[in-house]
Amino acid sequence: MATYQLNVNGQSKKVDVDPGTPLLWVLREDLKMTGTKFGCGISACGACTVHVDGIATRSCVVPVSLIGSRKITTIEAMAQDPVGRVVQDAWVEKDVVQCGYCQSGQIMSAVALLKATPKPTDQNIEESMGGNLCRCATYVRIREAIKSAAEQLT
Amino acid sequence: MLANHRLLSPILLVLLVAFVIGLGLSTRANNNYRVPERGRGIPAREITRTTRVPSNLAQGLAAWQQVYSVLISPRCINCHTATNYPQQGDDRHRHFANVVRGGEEGQGVPGLHCAGCHQDVNADSTGVPGGINWHLAPLSMQWQDKNDRPLPSAAVCRAVTDRSRNENMDGRALLKHHEEAVLVLWAWNPGRRPDGTMRTVPPLSHSEFVNATRTWVEAGTPCPRGR
Repeated sequence: MATYQLNVNGQSKKVDVDPGTPLLWVLREDLKMTGTKFGCGISACGACTVHVDGIATRSCVVPVSLIGSRKITTIEAMAQDPVGRVVQDAWVEKDVVQCGYCQSGQIMSAVALLKATPKPTDQNIEESMGGNLCRCATYVRIREAIKSAAEQLT
Repeated sequence: MLANHRLLSPILLVLLVAFVIGLGLSTRANNNYRVPERGRGIPAREITRTTRVPSNLAQGLAAWQQVYSVLISPRCINCHTATNYPQQGDDRHRHFANVVRGGEEGQGVPGLHCAGCHQDVNADSTGVPGGINWHLAPLSMQWQDKNDRPLPSAAVCRAVTDRSRNENMDGRALLKHHEEAVLVLWAWNPGRRPDGTMRTVPPLSHSEFVNATRTWVEAGTPCPRGR
């Protein structure tokens, strides 16, 4: 076990965990922030996506010991994020969600895309969102919501 | 008998000279190498030595084959693709999760950035390899064809030695790259797979690889003939 001081959504959080523990489980089990989901555990589905220093990161495969002082941002902070807020509103407007399980990861990836590429093409959307799986196949509505958010942001 | 001996000596001498000339031409014809071009990163001193000392060239070409055996090993060639995606595993299959090359930097795209999984070091608890600035080699340094087959030795050699394609590295810079570059060194410390087993490493040790590179560079970075 080791002690880590994490910066999560702008707050300092102290955790005492095994160094190899994936960040996902520190968020969910130790910090009780359950908005970030467990999907596959091997970074193949994107349900666990958070931002680490702004980079969309698969928290299920990144050991907590490798985070250091980098800033972690989770779905819980998106309502306060200027881009995150617009994306969430677009998600509601386009009625994207069906079962909803993957959607926090989808939104985190969409926000990362729009911050880097404010006017994404269809190809940009397909490539950036290609690692986020949705078993309900809401992909068409996800694309529409991202385009809608991009229009509102530019 | 004495007269015959006197006659035989000049004949033997002529035969000996003819043999030596023939041997020289034969060696020249059999040398399967491309003399490096001046101004492509090889100091003139090395070019001169290379072109005048065939045995040094032969050593250089043999050393290149050793270097080539490392470059086409999965730990190296998986990120020197000719396509829009990296590969993974010893069977060099396409990287999972629809990972794509991204821009010229080869670091992926915003939602699927390499650093979104690959950290600065290997993550052995989860089986994800890592190194600082994890990224794909540029397309100019592709060592495969578009069907994911490794290019022949001569083609890879040309790519590696072409300064318009290799980020302007001369022989000395190539040696330094092979000695010190973080992602090159990673190939000999590739960490554990998700199932806990160790990833395989290239066929030569790192010191053998560096020594082979040095021999090749000192011979003037000669490349085999052919496609």
